[in-house]
Amino acid sequence: MSATEQTIQPAANIHPIDRLLRADRLPHILCAGCGIGTVIHGYANSIAASGIDENNHVCVSGIGCSGRAAGYVNVDSYHTTHGRALPFALGIAVHKPELNVTVISGDGDLTAIGGNHFIHAARRNVNLNVICINNFNYGMTGGQVGPTTPIGAKGTTAPFGAVERPFNLPYLAKATGAIFVARWTILHVREFHEALVRSMQKPGFCFIEILAPCPTSFGKSNKIGDGLHEVEIYRERCQVQNGAPHLNDFDIDLLDESKPIVVGNFVDVERDAFME
Amino acid sequence: MTKSVPHVVREPIDLPQAQVPLGRVHVIVERCKQCNFCIKYCPTEVLEYSEDINAKGYHYPIVADGKEFACVNCRFCDLICPELAIYTTDISDADDTAEASDGG
Ligand SMILES: Cc1ncc(C[n+]2csc(CCOP(=O)(O)OP(=O)(O)O)c2C)c(N)n1
Ligand code: SF4
Ligand code: SF4
Ligand code: SF4
Ligand SMILES: [Mg+2]
Repeated sequence: MSATEQTIQPAANIHPIDRLLRADRLPHILCAGCGIGTVIHGYANSIAASGIDENNHVCVSGIGCSGRAAGYVNVDSYHTTHGRALPFALGIAVHKPELNVTVISGDGDLTAIGGNHFIHAARRNVNLNVICINNFNYGMTGGQVGPTTPIGAKGTTAPFGAVERPFNLPYLAKATGAIFVARWTILHVREFHEALVRSMQKPGFCFIEILAPCPTSFGKSNKIGDGLHEVEIYRERCQVQNGAPHLNDFDIDLLDESKPIVVGNFVDVERDAFME
Repeated sequence: MTKSVPHVVREPIDLPQAQVPLGRVHVIVERCKQCNFCIKYCPTEVLEYSEDINAKGYHYPIVADGKEFACVNCRFCDLICPELAIYTTDISDADDTAEASDGG
């Protein structure tokens, strides 16, 4: 038996989870080595594993490469304006509480232009699953620095390196009232999947930060050659601390090799959801 | 002071019956963008790049020579693929020779 015989090209070229994706739009527009596709894939798998009627899932995105997620999933989905994924999702969650609303958007969309919506949706404990794809920059517009760019990392708007302290998103989410908080990377696909299924089953504001490579914009400015190179950084430096009580030290410094990148399911508590 | 711990090798009690699953790799060639994730993170190093390229010019994963029965169907290549270009099926119970030559 030769290798080519053992590698089967499926006759219909259909992936088993294609029914939850708009497969006619694949291959998607995202760059080679971009991590966003893994998150979209994980969302589809999580819908299937959630035990919740697939017709009751809704996906809302903002603007950005991460915001393209809503255009590739085969559930009711909305591609809103920049920064407004959360208020739009809040409207759905409040008006139709039977729906399971997941927001998939970028670090810029959710925490820069949409930062105010973020803290208030968490404070109110709106029943949403929020996935922030953190690629440390504004990927779509060519690599400007944003609120999650680590100090020292370069971007088109910071050619000598970012000087502002970035958000530590799990710490922010916990402090503002999220009842489930996790941080994973696209290498931790199984953990991400479990965290997302947990979020779908839990009423209230659940937040998952997922680190994902953006080789085209962030990588290019920061000597991270391709997507695999960044995933290797995750593999070498990630430290799992599930249930860690204090999140204030968990800033990410992607460029300082001596610092661990702490990941895990950090918060899982009960609190009455908005309007309940 | 460190206590010395006797060196004990524990064997799983069901070792004789334990069966490692056998997986078969399916690749949707035209979706692949050659990101390398599946090849790099396969725990049993089943995959390598094709010599051929797809319509976009990318090499895609194939089962390496000699690795025809090495896939344990862990699904990691599938889960991490950003392009939904690869998946595996369990063929542990299938008649291997018949399955392997079916051509998909
Ligand atoms: C109101 C408004 N301001 C600015 C833009 C330009 N813009 C498009 S995407 C984007 C940032 C996206 O960054 P992020 O949310 O991190 O997504 P990524 O592309 O990195 O996945 C910006 C500033 C816009 N489309 N609309
Ligand atoms: S620019 Fe960056 S975030 Fe956007 S698709 Fe390319 S790699 Fe992904
Ligand atoms: S299923 Fe697991 S063992 Fe099989 S090819 Fe994929 S990663 Fe390798
Ligand atoms: S993970 Fe997917 S896109 Fe990347 S090389 Fe493998 S099959 Fe191709
Ligand atoms: Mg971004």
